[in-house]
Amino acid sequence: MTESLAITKFSDLANPTRFLALAARLLPWMAGATAVLFALGLYLSFASEGDYQQGMTVRIMYVHVPAAWLSMMCYTVMAVSAVGTLVWRHPLADVSHKAAAPLGAAFTLIALATGSLWGKPMWGTWWVWDARLTSVFVLFLMYLGLIALNRAMEDPGKAARVSAVLILVGFVNIPIIKFSVEWWNTLHQPASVIRMDGPTIDKEFLWPLLVMAVAFTLLFFTLHAAAMRNEILRRRVSAQRRMAARLAGR
Amino acid sequence: MSHTFYIAMSYAVAALVTLCLIGWVWLDGRARQRELAELEAAGIRRRSAQPKTPEASKA
Repeated sequence: MTESLAITKFSDLANPTRFLALAARLLPWMAGATAVLFALGLYLSFASEGDYQQGMTVRIMYVHVPAAWLSMMCYTVMAVSAVGTLVWRHPLADVSHKAAAPLGAAFTLIALATGSLWGKPMWGTWWVWDARLTSVFVLFLMYLGLIALNRAMEDPGKAARVSAVLILVGFVNIPIIKFSVEWWNTLHQPASVIRMDGPTIDKEFLWPLLVMAVAFTLLFFTLHAAAMRNEILRRRVSAQRRMAARLAGR
Repeated sequence: MSHTFYIAMSYAVAALVTLCLIGWVWLDGRARQRELAELEAAGIRRRSAQPKTPEASKA
């Protein structure tokens, strides 16, 4: 009984009109919470002491690491949506992965740029073609490819199915990014937060990092909901223009 | 270059990309809402949004 109720509630959200109403109600709260968390995160980031080895440069971590996590999380959200498109033909699934691609590209760009700016003073180089950096660069190219593919095809349904297949094939890159620092000898440091034996990072750095990570995650979900709303409206505009053209042709 | 330069540049790049993203999503939403409003003002509505006529309710 409870399960069928949950399925019914989930199916209700599959209705674009209901999604628009829900987004209109939630978006101002989500945007407000994101702004508050960013203010708190930035305060904690700049109030924290420097690292004994890296000095104040450790502050780059508070934007680099959340952006890098988001770059992978966004692709995971797209992969789940791609399954929704191909298996259940969920009305919002293709809207979801199309809307998420530019967001993922932007977070990956932040991760790459801030990583490079962190690498120069710490490693003495802007860039190395090691496993972690190269696999994240490949992720960035995949996002750009998916954006181009969605824009190149006129039929949104066909574009969604082709994109969904490509997203699922490209998902193999996500575990490669995550475990690249363990599988290969890289200049990039191994994981220090998400580990089986718990974080190895000091609490003084962990708290600002976690607050910034939650702020970035909330920013992603806010922008994703807004971008999905925009995509639904874009499709309605196209449908109404086609209807107007048919009426004018009679 | 000092370490302050790398820290400032990192936060500046992150802020710039984030603000561009927020601006793009916001402007895109406004443009779509304006287009929909223009179409509805011209009398072009989605079938589900059209007022029900007595004939339609009989059917």
